[in-house]
Amino acid sequence: MKTRLERREHRSGLLFVAPLIAVLILVAGWPLARTLYFSLTDAYLDDSANHVLVGFSNFVEVAGDPVWWRAVRNTLIFTTISVAIETVLGLAIALLVHQAIPGRGLVRAAILVPWAMPVVVSTKIWEWMLNDQFGVVNRAIVGLGFADHGVAWTANGSLLLGVVIFIDVWMTTPFMVLLILAGLQILPEEIFEAAEVDGIPWWKRLWSITLPLLAPTIGVAVLFRVLDALRMFDLAYVLAGANVNAMTMSIYARDRLINNQELGVGSAASTMVFLLIAFVAIFIVGALRLDRSGATER
Amino acid sequence: MSTRIKRRSGAYYRAMRRVRQIALGCVTALLLFYVLFPYYWAIVSSTKQGAQLYESVLLPALDFRHYKELFRDANFATSIFNSLCVAISTTALSLGLGTLAAYALGRLNFPERRSLLLTVLMISIFPQVVVLSGMFELIRWFGLYNRVWSLVFAYLIFTLPFTTWVLTSFIREFPRELEEAAIMDGCSHWRILTSILLPLMGPALVSTGLLAFILAWNEFLFALTFTLTEGSRTVPVAIGLLAGNSRYEYPFGPIMAASVTVTLPLIALVLFFQRKIVAGLTAGAVKG
Amino acid sequence: MASVALRSVSKSFGHVPVINDVNLEIADGELVVFVGPSGCGKSTLLRLIAGLVPVGAGDVVIDGEVVTDIPASKRGIAFVFQSYALYPHMTIARNIGFALETLGLSRQEIDAKVAEVAVTLKIDHLLARRPRELSGGQRQRVAIGRALVRQPEVFLFDEPLSNLDSDLRMEMRMEIAKLHANLAATMIYVTHDQVEAMTLADRIVVLNKGCIEQIGTPQQLYHAPQNRFVAGFIGSPRMNFTAVSANVSGASCHLMGPGNLSLDVAITGPGVPAEIGVRPEALSIAAARQGKLTGTLERLEDLGHEHLAYVRIAPETAWSVRLPNSLARTALGTSIGLDWRFEDLFLFDKDGHRLDHSLSHERSAAANGALA
Ligand SMILES: Nc1ncnc2c1ncn2[C@@H]1O[C@H](COP(=O)(O)OP(=O)(O)O)[C@@H](O)[C@H]1O
Ligand SMILES: [Mg+2]
Repeated sequence: MKTRLERREHRSGLLFVAPLIAVLILVAGWPLARTLYFSLTDAYLDDSANHVLVGFSNFVEVAGDPVWWRAVRNTLIFTTISVAIETVLGLAIALLVHQAIPGRGLVRAAILVPWAMPVVVSTKIWEWMLNDQFGVVNRAIVGLGFADHGVAWTANGSLLLGVVIFIDVWMTTPFMVLLILAGLQILPEEIFEAAEVDGIPWWKRLWSITLPLLAPTIGVAVLFRVLDALRMFDLAYVLAGANVNAMTMSIYARDRLINNQELGVGSAASTMVFLLIAFVAIFIVGALRLDRSGATER
Repeated sequence: MSTRIKRRSGAYYRAMRRVRQIALGCVTALLLFYVLFPYYWAIVSSTKQGAQLYESVLLPALDFRHYKELFRDANFATSIFNSLCVAISTTALSLGLGTLAAYALGRLNFPERRSLLLTVLMISIFPQVVVLSGMFELIRWFGLYNRVWSLVFAYLIFTLPFTTWVLTSFIREFPRELEEAAIMDGCSHWRILTSILLPLMGPALVSTGLLAFILAWNEFLFALTFTLTEGSRTVPVAIGLLAGNSRYEYPFGPIMAASVTVTLPLIALVLFFQRKIVAGLTAGAVKG
Repeated sequence: MASVALRSVSKSFGHVPVINDVNLEIADGELVVFVGPSGCGKSTLLRLIAGLVPVGAGDVVIDGEVVTDIPASKRGIAFVFQSYALYPHMTIARNIGFALETLGLSRQEIDAKVAEVAVTLKIDHLLARRPRELSGGQRQRVAIGRALVRQPEVFLFDEPLSNLDSDLRMEMRMEIAKLHANLAATMIYVTHDQVEAMTLADRIVVLNKGCIEQIGTPQQLYHAPQNRFVAGFIGSPRMNFTAVSANVSGASCHLMGPGNLSLDVAITGPGVPAEIGVRPEALSIAAARQGKLTGTLERLEDLGHEHLAYVRIAPETAWSVRLPNSLARTALGTSIGLDWRFEDLFLFDKDGHRLDHSLSHERSAAANGALA
C-alpha cells in the first residue's frame, strides 16, 4: 500500500523531471530514432523526404568499404594507445602532485590549462609546433643534434595517427590526473603510514596498497576516457581532415553524411558507431562490476 | 629475538631526502614545461610577423599587428559573439532544467528514478555523430539551419545530462536535516527547492555552470555541421577553418593570435575557479 | 629490546608550535603512557618517535642511537593506530603477514608466524576474512597482531582502545597489560583515558599544550602532583578547587575563602597559596559549621557502588564529594559541612605550582587530642 505522502512524492518527482525528459526526447530520443530509421533508407541530405526503405543494404555497403574498416582500425588503435598512456601518465602525475612538492597549487592550476583549451586551438598550436619546416619541435631536434633534418610529423601519413595520439595525451591527461587525484585524496592516510612504519618499500606500497585501493577510481576514469576516445572527431579532423591515415569512425560517418550527402549510408555508419560504443561500454561496465563484486565476495 | 633491520647512517638518509627533493623539483619543472609551453609558444608566435615567425626565437617579438587585424575582422568578432551567446544560453538552460531534475533525482523517491539516472548517464556518453542526421533534419524543420540558435538546441544533448548528473551528486551531499523541518511543516517540494536548497547551491551551480560553459564553448562537430556561412560560425569553427591560400602560406601568425584570444578567458576562468571546477568534475565521477 | 629518549624535541606545524622542548628518557622494557587533553600533542609526539613526522629541533634516540634522520621504515618500531589502519582489500592473514613479505621469509615461515600471533590474540578463526567483516574489537586485535608479528623493539599505541565500548576496552586493556608482561618490550601508549593510564603505566607522562607537565608513576601523580594541571587531570571526578586569600606571617599562613573557609597551614617552602584543592574521595560530610567548609547540598547522584554529592560553596563553585553510602536522608538545599584530613589538602600558588605544607600546630594538636 502506498501512502498518500509517497504518492505525492511520486507525482512531484515526475513533475520535476518532466522538462528534462521532454528535452531529452526532443534532442536525443527523436534524432536517434530518425538516424536509425534513415539508416534503413536510401535518403539523400538535400531531399530527405524523398526516400524508400532499402533494408540493411546501407549497412552492407559500409561493411564492404575498406575506408570504414580503416577508420575502425584507426579509432581502436587511437583509443587503446592514448587511453593507456593517459592512464599511466595520469597516475604518475597524480602521485607526484599528491606529494608535498614545491608550488603544488601552481602545478594543480597549470595542469588544468591544456584541458580547458578548445580542442581546435590545442590542435592548431601543436600543428604549428610540429610543422616540418618551421616548427619549434623540429628546430629543437635539429638544434640539439638528434637528427640532421626535421621529421615530417603531420605530412607523413604513417606518423599522423601517432601525432594525433600525442596531442590527445597532452590534452586529456589532466582529466585523468584530476580524477585519480580525487581518488587518492579520499584514501585514509593512516593506511600508508602503517605500511611505512612496517618497513614496506615504496614500490610495494604502490603496487599492493595504492593501486588496489585506487582501482575503482581508475576504472571509472578509463571508462569515461575510452568512450570519449571512441567518438573522437575534432582533433583528427582539424589536423588531417578526411585523410584516411587519421580518419576516425565519427569522421567517416560525417563525411558520408554531410560531404557526400548520403543520409542513408551516413546514418548506417553512425548506427554502427553507436553499436560499437554501446558494446564496449557494456563490456567495461561489466568488467568493473565483476571486479567490484568479486572483491566483496572473496 | 628481533630481526635486526639493515640501515645506514643518518647522514645517508639526509642526503637521500635532499636528492629526492631535488628530483621531485626537476620532475615538477619538467611537468610545468610540458603543460604550459605550447600555450606560451602560441603567445610568442602570435606576436611575430612574417620571417620572424620562422626563426624560432624563444622570446616574444611583442608586435601586436595580428591582434589588431583580428579585432578589425568583423567575422571574428561575430564568431566570438556567437560563441558567447551559444555558450551562455546553453549553460543557463541546462542549469535551470538540470536543477529541477537534480532535485527530484537526488532527493525524491520515485520508482523511475534509477532508470532515469542511468539514461541520463548514457546520453552524456553518447557519440554525437549518432544523432547528427536526425538532428540535422530537426534543425531544418525548425528553420534553424545556419543559425546560432540551432547550436543552443543541439548542445543540450550533452550539457543537460552533464549538469543533471553533477548537480544530482551535489544535491545528495547536502544534509537531509535541512529540509526535514520544512517537510514537517508541509512545504511543497517547489518551496523546498527554491527557498531552502537553491540559496545553498550557489557554489555547486558555479562549478557545474563553468564546466557546461567550457563544454559548449569548445564544441566543434555540431558547430561545424549546422552552420554554413562565416557570420554564423562559432570561434572553434572559425579557427579550424582559417586557412591560407596554400599549404606553404599557412597563416600561423593570425591563427595563433586567434587561439590565444579565445583561450585567454577560459584560462582565466580555470585559474580563478580552479577549486570549483575540480569539485564539479570529481563530484560526478568519483562519488557518483 | 630498546630504550627510547627524546632530547629537547620541538615541532611546529607552520607557525603553530605543537611540541615545545620535550625531554624524556624511557627505559628498556618500560610501559610509558602519554596522557593529556585532546589536542595537546600526544599523537604528534608519538609520531615524532615513529618518524612519521620529521622533528623540528632536537633528537630522537632509540637504543642509544640517534635516529632523528632515519626514516620510519628503518626504526624498528611498530605503530598501532586509533583507526586500526588495516588494509581493507587484504585478508586478515595477509594484513598480519604483510610486513614479513619484504623480509625474504618463505611462505611457510610467514604463515607459521601469522598463525602463532593469531592464536595468541584469539583471532585464528578470522584469518580468511577481510577487515570490514570484523567487529571493532576484532579489528583492534588484528592491528595489534600486525605489530606483534614483526617482533619490534618498541611498540607505539595511539589511543588504540578509544573506538571500543567500555566492556571491550577493559578486556583489551588487560590483554595489552598481559602482552607487556610477556614480551617485556618497550611500549609507549597514548590515551586521554586516565583509567587506562593509571592501570597500564609503569610511568605516566602528562602533557599539556605541547609541554610535559609531570612524569611519574601513577601513584606519584595521584598523591604528589607537581601542579594544578596534573592535580586536576588525574583523578575522577576531578579534584575540587577554590581560590583562597592567604595571610602569611613567617612560616604559618592563614587561608580565607568561600564557604566560611578559615584555615591555618604551615608552608615549608617559598611561595604563597592562591588556591586549594581536595579530591572528592577525600571529603567527608559533617554537620553544618562543623567541617572546614560550609555549603548547600545541591544534587545527589546514586551510582550504586558509590554516591556523589554536589555541594555549592560559592555562587560559581560547586564541589563534588564521593561517599560510600547514600545521603538520601539529607534534603537538597540543606546547609552541610565538608571536612578532610590535613594531608589531603593541596595548595597551589598563583602560577599553579603545588606548595608543600605541614600541619598547622594548634590544629594538628587539636586533631591528635580528639583522637586520644
Ligand atoms: N599535520 C598537521 N598539520 C597541522 N597541524 C597539526 C597536524 N597534526 C596535528 N596538528 C595540530 O597539532 C596539535 C596537536 O595535535 P595531536 O598531536 O593530534 O593532539 P592529540 O593527539 O593530543 O589530541 C593540534 O592542535 C592539531 O591541530
Ligand atoms: Mg591524537
